[in-house]
Amino acid sequence: MRFDAYQTQGFRDEMFDDAGVVRPEARLLLDTIESLEEGQLLQCQRAAERLLLQMGITFNVYGDSAGAERIFPFDLIPRIVRAEEWAWIERGLKQRIHALNEFIDDIYHDQKILKDKIIPEEVIYSATFYRPQCAGINPPRRIWCHITGTDLVRHADGNIYVLEDNLRVPSGVSYVLENRDLMKRTFPQVFEGLRVRPVDDYPSNLLEMLESIAPPGTADKPTVVLLTPGMYNSAYFEHSFLAQQMGIQLVEGRDLAVQDDTVWMRTTKGLRRVDVIYRRIDDDFMDPTAFREDSLLGVPGLLDAYRAGKVALANAPGNGVADDKVVYAYVPDMIRYYLGEDAILYNVPTFLCWRDKDRQHVLENLDKLVVKAANEAGGYGMLVGPHSTAEERVDFAARIAANPRNYIAQPTLALSRVPTVIDDHFEGRHVDLRPYILYGRDIKVLPGGLTRVALRRGSLVVNSSQGGGSKDTWVLAAAAGEGN
Amino acid sequence: MPETPPLLSRVADSVYWMARYIERAENVARYIGVNLNLQLDLPMEPNQQWQPLIDTSGDTVDFKKRFGEATQANVIEFLTYDLANTNSIASCLRSARENARSVREAISSEMWTQVNSMYLDMQMQRRLPDPRQLHEILRSIRLGCHLFQGITDATMSHGEAWHFARLGRKLERADKTSRILDVKYFILLPSARVVGTPYDDIHWAAVLKSVSGFSMYRKKHGRLVPSEIVDFLLMDREFPRSIRFCVHSADESLHAITGSPIGSFAYPSEQVMGLLRAELDFTPVEHILAGGLHEYLDSLQEKMNTVDSCILNDFATPIPQSQAAGAHAD
Repeated sequence: MRFDAYQTQGFRDEMFDDAGVVRPEARLLLDTIESLEEGQLLQCQRAAERLLLQMGITFNVYGDSAGAERIFPFDLIPRIVRAEEWAWIERGLKQRIHALNEFIDDIYHDQKILKDKIIPEEVIYSATFYRPQCAGINPPRRIWCHITGTDLVRHADGNIYVLEDNLRVPSGVSYVLENRDLMKRTFPQVFEGLRVRPVDDYPSNLLEMLESIAPPGTADKPTVVLLTPGMYNSAYFEHSFLAQQMGIQLVEGRDLAVQDDTVWMRTTKGLRRVDVIYRRIDDDFMDPTAFREDSLLGVPGLLDAYRAGKVALANAPGNGVADDKVVYAYVPDMIRYYLGEDAILYNVPTFLCWRDKDRQHVLENLDKLVVKAANEAGGYGMLVGPHSTAEERVDFAARIAANPRNYIAQPTLALSRVPTVIDDHFEGRHVDLRPYILYGRDIKVLPGGLTRVALRRGSLVVNSSQGGGSKDTWVLAAAAGEGN
Repeated sequence: MPETPPLLSRVADSVYWMARYIERAENVARYIGVNLNLQLDLPMEPNQQWQPLIDTSGDTVDFKKRFGEATQANVIEFLTYDLANTNSIASCLRSARENARSVREAISSEMWTQVNSMYLDMQMQRRLPDPRQLHEILRSIRLGCHLFQGITDATMSHGEAWHFARLGRKLERADKTSRILDVKYFILLPSARVVGTPYDDIHWAAVLKSVSGFSMYRKKHGRLVPSEIVDFLLMDREFPRSIRFCVHSADESLHAITGSPIGSFAYPSEQVMGLLRAELDFTPVEHILAGGLHEYLDSLQEKMNTVDSCILNDFATPIPQSQAAGAHAD
């Protein structure tokens, strides 16, 4: 397969420049692919898909018949990120996480940022994921966002924008590791001559971070577990994968019990103490005595044990307050307020519908903007103006009028594209990028992240639940003598 | 040296059942295969050979209700593909895979890939069952199960979880050998005294082949003598599918899990298993035959069921009282 007929069609392309010339960092990749024998690439692609199924790298689709599993489609053409661009992204992410963590800690303590009127307090109190139960809690090292999966996109102007911060329970990192593994197994020749930074050390870094937040007074080697809602959860593969990679136990709510504000797990040899829980279960379902009473997945008394400092939780409950899309609009202000710096990464300009002027603008421009519910994820509750029908726009106008606080709007970004194997040729498909950031003793950014690709022609929605797939992400190492 | 933390009770249970279901699938596949061969040797009794398969699996009532007559086609459907029968090969592979999936972090990824591939293959076979391929399908299931056991032994640390898997596998195997012996012996009983007709030979050979024991028996005992076959399948010290052999290794694993020395007990399961082991060690086969093989096998199966329920009880740590009260407070 060759790229001769490939068209960027006026979109920003990660592999070709606007004149259709391959970017220097992708030159070697292009040569390798074009030197393959006819049909070989498609063979690799099919082999990769077979492997995914055999390895059971699947996700469950909600609303589908119970236990229905699908593979998350994988495309062989990687997305390449230059070393110097990555260095800049990494700096920006560290700055952002630092400020967000300060913000969350402030919100559950002195609320200085509200008193100083940088953010209106009603925005915080009306945020769905604000948890008054967490006020006054001091998590170990005062860290609230241990694992973050920030969504980045590149717009037509060439700039990288932060789309969402995803502080609560970000998923997808297992695909980053498995995609790389899959590439090496099915398509090893493309790595030749390139210095792609490895991602394999993520589980070690994750474990180190989790151990670093063990409550004071814990034994030398704290007992860390991963709490999963169970195998029918859509991200169960990732939960078991990460537990296995870290060599820690994968527990369900029913495996744990709280007694005397201490968390125990039920083993074949009786109860054993648990020090750190990497919980992959939402705040709401974590502890029926503190949050949703009807939750069967959680552990009664868990929040009390956490508040008593007997167990550490990652991520910290309540940190979702900063995932609210209205709060998102204030992140550049937070960075200035807490760090005295300008934001390195751009925020997407955001119209807040509870402001009369903003709302009016949004309602008049529904066909041009992307409207999002402030507290939804997974591509749900969203209107992509230019792709919408008149009927959908009427529906959204009514929703906005009924609950202006819950809606924001942003200009429609022309997400950059990467060549993607479609049938027997390449076509451009829109992508985003979700790097993963760990915050323990220090802040570490996984070099790369999950490149999600909207496989439907023209689609801008990359979520797996909405027809998205993924690609390997190659962050190139700086050449010797080029600095870090 | 760092201490490996004990298994979660739930994980122990799932690993145990994962291994049991794989062993069950293998046994059913082998048993059907042997019967298909037997059929070729006994063309004048076309459907008589199939009912015992249903009886062996212990699902006679369910089968009768849903399928009626024990024809070859019905029995093969029921035992191979039928998902409503929890003991069919398809169901066993599904359950083994569900259990493996729930403990993926506790087993090796090679084990998971193997059980998952077997499950996916079976899903495909179920969509387009091809009777001409049946022999081949059954063979590949048997090999797949052997492969799974080999992978388990070669890639999983022989720690607590592995011992739970071995415990499940051995108890299942002992149970299946006893059932096959029971059903076949019962059928052959009238002719058991008349030794030497070619058909008796064929039937007894089929019994041995059903547990892969034909050539091993031949090496040791030579002629096919019913009492010696019973002795071989019940008491042989070396044949890995004899009940005694299975109980011995199950007992070893149980003690490896609890840490109590063999010959002593700290848990009810160890006590019941120890009694079973002693009985198999010290009862002469003549006594068993004199007292009735069927009765003996019945009581053996009951004891193995007791072991099974004791194991699950002994290692399931209950929720502490205060917690349990809180959980049901509303």
